[in-house]
Amino acid sequence: MSPVLFELLLRSIWETILMTAASGLISLVFGLPLGLALVATDRGGIAESRWVNSALGAVINGFRSVPFIILLVALVPVTRLIVGTSIGTWAAIVPLSIAATPYYARIAEVSLREVDHGLIEAARAMGGNRWTIIREVLVPEALPGIVAGFTVTLVTLIGASAMAGAIGAGGLGDLAIRYGYQRFETSVMIAVVIVLIVLVCGIQWVGDRLVARLDRRG
Amino acid sequence: MNQHFTAVAGTADQTRGQPDASQDVVRLVDLKRRFGATAALDGVSLTVRKGEILGIIGRSGAGKSTLIRCLNGLERPDSGEVFIEGREISRLGERDLQPLRRRIGMIFQHFNLLSAKTVEDNVALPLKIEGRPKGERLARAAELLDLVGLSEKARAYPASLSGGQKQRVGIARALAARPALLLSDEATSALDPETTRSILALLKDINRQLGLTILLITHEMEVVRSIADRVAVIDAGRIVEQGPVWSVFADPRSDVTRSLLRAIRPQLPAELASRLAPGAGAETILRVDIAGDAARGPLLSDLATAVPGAFRLVHGGIDHIQQQPVGTLFLSVPGSDASHLGDIITFLKTRQARVEVLGHVAGSV
Repeated sequence: MSPVLFELLLRSIWETILMTAASGLISLVFGLPLGLALVATDRGGIAESRWVNSALGAVINGFRSVPFIILLVALVPVTRLIVGTSIGTWAAIVPLSIAATPYYARIAEVSLREVDHGLIEAARAMGGNRWTIIREVLVPEALPGIVAGFTVTLVTLIGASAMAGAIGAGGLGDLAIRYGYQRFETSVMIAVVIVLIVLVCGIQWVGDRLVARLDRRG
Repeated sequence: MNQHFTAVAGTADQTRGQPDASQDVVRLVDLKRRFGATAALDGVSLTVRKGEILGIIGRSGAGKSTLIRCLNGLERPDSGEVFIEGREISRLGERDLQPLRRRIGMIFQHFNLLSAKTVEDNVALPLKIEGRPKGERLARAAELLDLVGLSEKARAYPASLSGGQKQRVGIARALAARPALLLSDEATSALDPETTRSILALLKDINRQLGLTILLITHEMEVVRSIADRVAVIDAGRIVEQGPVWSVFADPRSDVTRSLLRAIRPQLPAELASRLAPGAGAETILRVDIAGDAARGPLLSDLATAVPGAFRLVHGGIDHIQQQPVGTLFLSVPGSDASHLGDIITFLKTRQARVEVLGHVAGSV
């Protein structure tokens, strides 16, 4: 591999990490509250509201049913509005975040729903309000699942960021297609695959260790 | 409700003092709650006096859980009134219920401890909800863990504890905010008999030491027997019987109570029961129930002196409930002399015993 290509590889790694980390963070910040809202407004939840629950569910399902490559293109005007351009790494973070947020919301919802209803009842019996229940019961008890779900989301984002190459986002996927596939640079292809494997394994390992530390359920 | 053993129970009730409305921690008036077609509560009226342990017993589905949840507003009655320390709470909003719930501790069948928090943080949680400073919370948690004998587990997580230890933590947590009332929702039902005994002893201890009023629901008569002062029997959403534990045990009036008591009261041995026949036979089997002062005297030796002729004790014994003797004896009277049998029954009745002729057995008992 030539020094130029090697430098390109390093830059692509950085771009992939940037896209994954930024959109991952955004999906956590918005997806977790969304997941909480889904559980809280559901039947028997702490802020039961069938109307809000159905509306939220419909919006989330809507975004989740659009294939990412379509979403990428369809969101171009939105991206332009937020970032100022529809091309490049930062521009790709917008559709990546919008795709990952409802995805993570559903994963967080599953973990939060698994919290034993008896614990919520105990907190209510102690005189706790909704905020107490969220802060002291729902989130801490679901934390291992919330973290494990975030790991899954990050790994999925690495894959999705490759597709963002279609709008000139750069990153490892883009590099693999342009050099490894279209220009028959097999060494680039192999290098990209190895880096991706290391990245995914690394994220999964850190995530698993974190979950093991957090899980006190014995 | 039923006047249990009015003649002999008077002494026990007088020492307890006249019921005074201001001393009622809980007063329920005609509570009703339906779930679809079934009435979980069908007009329940009940009072819990300050400092007493009231046991509410019933089969599963009798309405116990709904009843206990109405007391802290986790469940709302369709109609009727719930007074806690004189204040009607059944129509309060969630926000107004929150400070009230801090006056009421609750323990659960499945403990409901937070797995992500240490034992001391679990115990301190009610104080955190009250907004107390951290130092005070931990000091109080340490004090309570000492009370329940788990000081060395303060930093452990609930998953590392045994069932009995978890319930001790649950009790410590329920006491953290110094409640006026402790609700126990089948607190020992998931525990083995030995652990159950130690948890019940702890509750009794807390009741005595802190003067804490306890309302417990259970389906086990043994729980009521060992710690309750009074018992109320609930069936199909109604209180069918209530009174001091020893008198309800001595003279159960409803079928539900009798059936719940069957597990812990003496019964005629099955082999003998199967041979009982209504007509004449070689021996007559009597069931004799005695309680209170009637059971303190030398009943059987007096009987032998007063009525000449043989009789045998087949089965039974005297139990002591709340320092009151409560006994069931099965006597066998040989021969077919009706006047001899009549004399025995008459004598026993003069001693406040309840006598029932169960039947006759042919051949030797």
